[in-house]
Amino acid sequence: MRKNDANASSKKLADCILASFEQRPFFDQKAIEMNKDWPLWEVFIRAKNGLSHKHAGSLHAADAQMAIENARDVYCRRNEGVSIWVVESKYITASDPEDADALFEPAQDKIYRHPTFYNLPDEVKHI
Amino acid sequence: MTQQEALFQYLLRLGDNALILGQRLSEWCGHAPVLEQDIAITNLALDLIGQARNWLTLAGEVEGKGRNEDQLAYLRDARDFHNLLLVEQPNEDWAHTIVRQFLFDQFNYLLHNELQHSTDERVAAIAAKSLKEIKYHLKYSSEWMVRLGDGTEESHNRMQRALDALWRYSSEAFLTDEIDQLMAEAGIGPDLHKLEPLYHQYVAQVLDEATLQPPTDTYMQRGGKQGLHTEFLGYILAEMQFLQRAYPNMQW
Amino acid sequence: MSREELEKRFQEKIDAEIKIEPKDWMPERYRRNLIRQISQHAHSEVVGMLPEGNWITRAPTLRRKVALLAKVQDEAGHGLYLYSAAETLGISREEMIEQLLSGKAKYSSIFNYPTLTWADIGAIGWLVDGAAIMNQVMLTRTSYGPYARAMVRICKEESFHQRQGYEIMLTLARGTEVQRQMAQDALNRWWWPALMMFGPSDKDSVHTAESMKWKIKRKTNDELRQQFVDVTVPQAEYLGLTIPDPDLKWNEARGHYDFGEIDWEEFWRVVKGNGPCNHLRMKARREAHEKGAWVREAALAYAEKRRQRQQQKAS
Repeated sequence: MRKNDANASSKKLADCILASFEQRPFFDQKAIEMNKDWPLWEVFIRAKNGLSHKHAGSLHAADAQMAIENARDVYCRRNEGVSIWVVESKYITASDPEDADALFEPAQDKIYRHPTFYNLPDEVKHI
Repeated sequence: MTQQEALFQYLLRLGDNALILGQRLSEWCGHAPVLEQDIAITNLALDLIGQARNWLTLAGEVEGKGRNEDQLAYLRDARDFHNLLLVEQPNEDWAHTIVRQFLFDQFNYLLHNELQHSTDERVAAIAAKSLKEIKYHLKYSSEWMVRLGDGTEESHNRMQRALDALWRYSSEAFLTDEIDQLMAEAGIGPDLHKLEPLYHQYVAQVLDEATLQPPTDTYMQRGGKQGLHTEFLGYILAEMQFLQRAYPNMQW
Repeated sequence: MSREELEKRFQEKIDAEIKIEPKDWMPERYRRNLIRQISQHAHSEVVGMLPEGNWITRAPTLRRKVALLAKVQDEAGHGLYLYSAAETLGISREEMIEQLLSGKAKYSSIFNYPTLTWADIGAIGWLVDGAAIMNQVMLTRTSYGPYARAMVRICKEESFHQRQGYEIMLTLARGTEVQRQMAQDALNRWWWPALMMFGPSDKDSVHTAESMKWKIKRKTNDELRQQFVDVTVPQAEYLGLTIPDPDLKWNEARGHYDFGEIDWEEFWRVVKGNGPCNHLRMKARREAHEKGAWVREAALAYAEKRRQRQQQKAS
């Protein structure tokens, strides 16, 4: 390989490595295991019957009971909640934003999944 | 003593327990071991002060001399307070706070569970609302008893020391007097003698799970209900009542 | 994708008001800037519990006592939402607390002033929360998703805080002469520190340019400060109290109030650690953390014991 090409490709490699260091994980698993913090929990609240659970935030608790109680203390002070879910953050698997193209875009051009793709006469009701 | 006079005193006891314990718990605000627990303990304080307001307001109505919740809370001296000695004990550390809380919550829960069926509708209403909060308090303090009793060696030792210090105040509630008897006869309050064995049973269960031993000498300190307090109450009231005493008859 | 392309795509998202979420690619400086800002905001909420918490046991009525307890509890909750948001960026709660206690991280300087009378509680609710609300409403549109969502939650809860403070001031201003004087004295002592909450002048602010480009901040320090003055002066007039600024004057041409120069010497002195309460606030937080260590350890130890017992039962 000629010198210029070698420089160019090693610069490109360095860029890629730098870029990957800058991608931070959702949380630093190793750091959390080493520190003395109580585990981190994600909290989901169903505000009232008929609605689904919505992510409200996170908190630290030593065990599941404490997590539920803390969630109630922190997120339900103003009568906002009929049901609480808590999950230790480490058990949440998240999709990688880098895969967003592959995961989510293909759905965008399958417009036959949308009602507006189909033309029906106005006279037909309830459909 | 008339039933009305007895009821007034009885309501003060309920209100003062909630007020003084709420005041003690408020001292933790901003100083708890972890942020989530700061919120939790303040929650308990809020509930208790809320209960105190209800009981004291009703007490003032029953007394019939026009005293409202603030006049009763801020203008009585220690000899006229009727809370249990247990609730005025200092916070010391998280262990003392939890032991004090649990010993009180277990009694308070049993009491309110009966009070919600009081023949006096007003008492029943306040008790029913308070019961939900007290149930949560009992759950909270029981869990912490076990967490700390059966946690590390240090936490266990601290808990044992706290239990040794506070046990002598744990049964004052069941030392009944004329007022308790009058209330029980009228069906306004429960027969505390019936509740006592349940109290000891539930407390023993939690202590066992927490790997803690109660002291074996059982002389129970008493006098709070009658206005004979420990030296702590004077200081609590001095702090709590300062503004009303220094600037009398003003709106705040 | 190359570094340049990633940065370009990132800035495009920012410009298009698309929120950045955890795990999205972001420049290291953006991440560090956010961690600094969010964690310092969280520290402020937690340290902020202390000056007001100081009066809970002495609140003059039961109604005031429960309102103040609820307010301070809310502040703890706000700290929690913000620590939560910061943790999505890869820093732990323990690290953040360490930064606060070691002095590496800052918190809002306003909390380095003492609450000397009950009227201070009114002044803080009215002025300090008032200033905070301005900042917070702006931040509901910040570019980082978890931070924006935390701010929406906080803003919803914040409105009662300011009303509670103002109601206290109103009661005192309409009360006896000694109460009115108490209120005026509190205003005298809290006015300038409240203006200082908006930070250094734009020309002296190191972080502002970058924060604005990345829409971490949406308005500058001076813009917010001016907004605060314009809104608050009529409120003081309604109370019948005098703002301690002889240069305060409505400027018809600008459509804003002109106001006097902040004592920047005091500003930097307090920021650097020599305010009246800096050492006491840190002492209180340090003690809470150190004295509470055995509690945190015990809870973890118990949780581990229980887990092991459950595993043994299962096998």
